[in-house]
Amino acid sequence: MVHYIWMFLLGAGIITAMFNGRMEEVSEALFKGAEDAVTLCFGLVSIMVFWLGIMNVARNSGLLDQFTTWLRPAVVRLFPDIPPDHPAMGYILSNMTANLMGLGNAATPMGIKAVKEMKKLNDDRDEASRSMITFMALNTAGLTLIPTTVIAVRMNYGSSEPAEIVGAAILATGCSTACALVIDRFFHLRRTRKGKG
Amino acid sequence: MGWMNTVSIWVVPMLLFAVILHAAVKRVPAYDAFVEGGKDGFQMAVSLIPYLVGMLTAVSVFRASGAMDLLVQAIAPVLALAGVPAEIAPLAMIRPISGTGALGMMSSLLNEYGPDSFIGRLASTMQGSTDTTLYVITIYFGAAGVKHIGDALKVGLAADAAGVAASVFIVSMIFL
Repeated sequence: MVHYIWMFLLGAGIITAMFNGRMEEVSEALFKGAEDAVTLCFGLVSIMVFWLGIMNVARNSGLLDQFTTWLRPAVVRLFPDIPPDHPAMGYILSNMTANLMGLGNAATPMGIKAVKEMKKLNDDRDEASRSMITFMALNTAGLTLIPTTVIAVRMNYGSSEPAEIVGAAILATGCSTACALVIDRFFHLRRTRKGKG
Repeated sequence: MGWMNTVSIWVVPMLLFAVILHAAVKRVPAYDAFVEGGKDGFQMAVSLIPYLVGMLTAVSVFRASGAMDLLVQAIAPVLALAGVPAEIAPLAMIRPISGTGALGMMSSLLNEYGPDSFIGRLASTMQGSTDTTLYVITIYFGAAGVKHIGDALKVGLAADAAGVAASVFIVSMIFL
């Protein structure tokens, strides 16, 4: 899917330029874009090093585990099909903690393990269970406290207050998460009705 | 909405303070842990280079050629009804599909309109408030060998739409 988008952006851009005579701008944009991307990545180094460093302190001191135990009571309610002491619940909690703290790379392996455990609970069938869909809804809604990458990009483009969108992002992510959970419950209800009818 | 700004500015330093305080109480060698963790950060940022070069050049070409304007003009009337600025639409479309694509699109918007403009703030909030639905579904379900994904895609995309709507509403409330 990403391949098609990438090829479309380049292809459509070059074809459009053929017709409205903007080939010079396009040629300039190619090299400017590549240069911007590299500058941006080096701009990301500062924030990423800082943030992952701090999060490693939090992990070593046990603060992340502490955070996970605070999340537990709420999360257990979201997954009524999973026994609270099942390994799946542990992985779900670790995944959510990592996502909340903006540690996307740490979240992915935990998420995969969580889905594998949920598959075992689902008698190893190759269809998605109710819990899996809820888990997916939570993950795609992207519940995050600190959008570190966004702050770094804003810094890079000279924002006078790079962190000013943190509050808005927390509110927006809260809304999309709440909506995801409601939509998930709605679809679940629809499935069970169909099953009975 | 001044308090919202205060929250935004205080949240990172306060989190940092909590981490340091906890480390001090638990007598963890914080500086060593910081440096150790920071090394991964460098790796991560550098490994992003080829992805972002690919995406940002593609988005730049698309914008410089005038194709972006054509696309934005085509969808503007529909979005105007919902009060969504059309400039943001390409970002909303690419956000669920590709994480680096969205990052490239957002950077291009910040570059074009400025990070502190309404469009810039809206793009930042949208980028920061949802995750890449297609990536999450393919990676998680793929690795676990789940073939029939049920309603997962529908739920994910509906949540993305809700996230876009929420971002527009919230950013208008706070910054306008």
